[in-house]
Amino acid sequence: METILFIEDESSLQKTVGETLTQEGYKVIPALDGEIGLKLAKEKKPDLILLDLILPKTHGFEVLKKIKEDADIKNIPVIVLTNVEGMEEIDKAIELGATTYLVKAQYSLKELIEKIKKVLE
Amino acid sequence: MNTQNKINSQLIKTAQIALFLVERVKGIEPSSSGWKPDIIAAILHPLSVVGVPGFEPGLNPPKGLVLPLHHTPYKHFRLKILTVCFRLVNEYGKIKNLMNLIKRIFSELNIVEQCKKYNLSLWQCPQFLFLVMGAIIVISSLFTYAFGTRYIEDPLIVAFIIQLLALILFVIAVIITRSFERLAEANRLKSEFVSIVSHQLRSPLSNLKWTIELLMSGKLGKIEEKQVEYFKIIKENSNRMHELVADLLTVSRIETAKLPFKKQLFSMEELVKKIINEYKPLANAYNVEVIFKNQKQLPNVFSDPSRIELVVENLLDNAIRYVTDKGKVEIELSKKNNHVRFSIKDNGVGIPQQDKKYIFQKFFRSENVLKKQTKGSGLGLYISKAIVERAKGKIGFDSEERKGSTFWFMVPIK
Repeated sequence: METILFIEDESSLQKTVGETLTQEGYKVIPALDGEIGLKLAKEKKPDLILLDLILPKTHGFEVLKKIKEDADIKNIPVIVLTNVEGMEEIDKAIELGATTYLVKAQYSLKELIEKIKKVLE
Repeated sequence: MNTQNKINSQLIKTAQIALFLVERVKGIEPSSSGWKPDIIAAILHPLSVVGVPGFEPGLNPPKGLVLPLHHTPYKHFRLKILTVCFRLVNEYGKIKNLMNLIKRIFSELNIVEQCKKYNLSLWQCPQFLFLVMGAIIVISSLFTYAFGTRYIEDPLIVAFIIQLLALILFVIAVIITRSFERLAEANRLKSEFVSIVSHQLRSPLSNLKWTIELLMSGKLGKIEEKQVEYFKIIKENSNRMHELVADLLTVSRIETAKLPFKKQLFSMEELVKKIINEYKPLANAYNVEVIFKNQKQLPNVFSDPSRIELVVENLLDNAIRYVTDKGKVEIELSKKNNHVRFSIKDNGVGIPQQDKKYIFQKFFRSENVLKKQTKGSGLGLYISKAIVERAKGKIGFDSEERKGSTFWFMVPIK
């Protein structure tokens, strides 16, 4: 069973997306802030990380930077999943090593699952 | 009654009839002229008539004017009187127009009202300060000239006065600049507020959208048919909120000049075909036939395809939604000089004449549209215009109420 670390501070979103991913056969590890997210990424070494940008304690970009600096976990694909839509943010995320950048408002749940599956292939 | 009184009485009567006729000819209501019989009598007294400035004895009354009292001993006087009446009314009309013009200019210059609009006090309001500065410049120039040439022999004092006035003007100019800064800052804060609110709304809305989707998928348990119906209502409203927030964000980006615009070469034909295909379900739901006419071998355009897509979507969405029975929408692409011209013609409700000047304004929705279709934010055309202008193109429309509208825009090839 593939594992997905979901770093997102909104617990309701954790629940909805987490439940859907579980139904699709993935094991979901929730993290409600950047610091815990980074810690769990190192400990659990998931197959994929879903990362929000606006996070308590450590900002999403900082988490992404540290993941990509850590030799043990730098190869884990990271999908930035946020509602921040600026070109600067998109460019920065890709530059820091994110596999893809998804704006929550632009995707349905079904489309999101498809994107995740594609990255995990 | 002596002869003079008889003449006067006849003159007043004739003048009243003449004035009535002249005013009718000119389309002015008789009562609105303000010329009372006694005033007319005073003006038209035989002695006064001769003395009215600009009076030309040879001038004839207007054509078509029936003189009811011809063949009277005072015909000569009446002709003069009619002529004078005509001239007076004519002059009065001119004065009235002039007064209206002056009133309009003053209302345009109603600085107090305009400053209220910006929520600024008079001494912080640029319009008022400009007026003060203008008045100071004019008065001080005249004063310095008059004073300097008559009473002051020492050029140093004149130079000092000029320096002092320059200093006062500089201080006012600084205040004006500051007040412009305040206005710009207020505008920036407003755009920032819209942006923050929109961003904040997006997260709960995304969550709502995905939760409804999860519930409707049946993965959490079977749902009844009746429940599906109501879930659809929630979903539809959630989508509407999404669209509105997306539009608000686009507006905020336009106003803060942060709208990303990545130019590339692309085919308008392919883009339009794709959008028409996507809008088929909506067109079918509204019983609208969408026809696409295309000029052969159209060149590619150089612009941002995702933004132009939004413009085409907005125009097509409007054309479909505002049709009357048996709707027909015709889309045409053609080359015009160094542009590709997109036009979309519908047989819908059209735009009332009085609303045409507001049609590209933010949040504006025509009354006839509000009656027909309550959905919509009034932002689509505003956004479309901003995008087309950003693409260095042009946008416009022709419309007739109850007959339909044709919207068009042009995108540069290079």
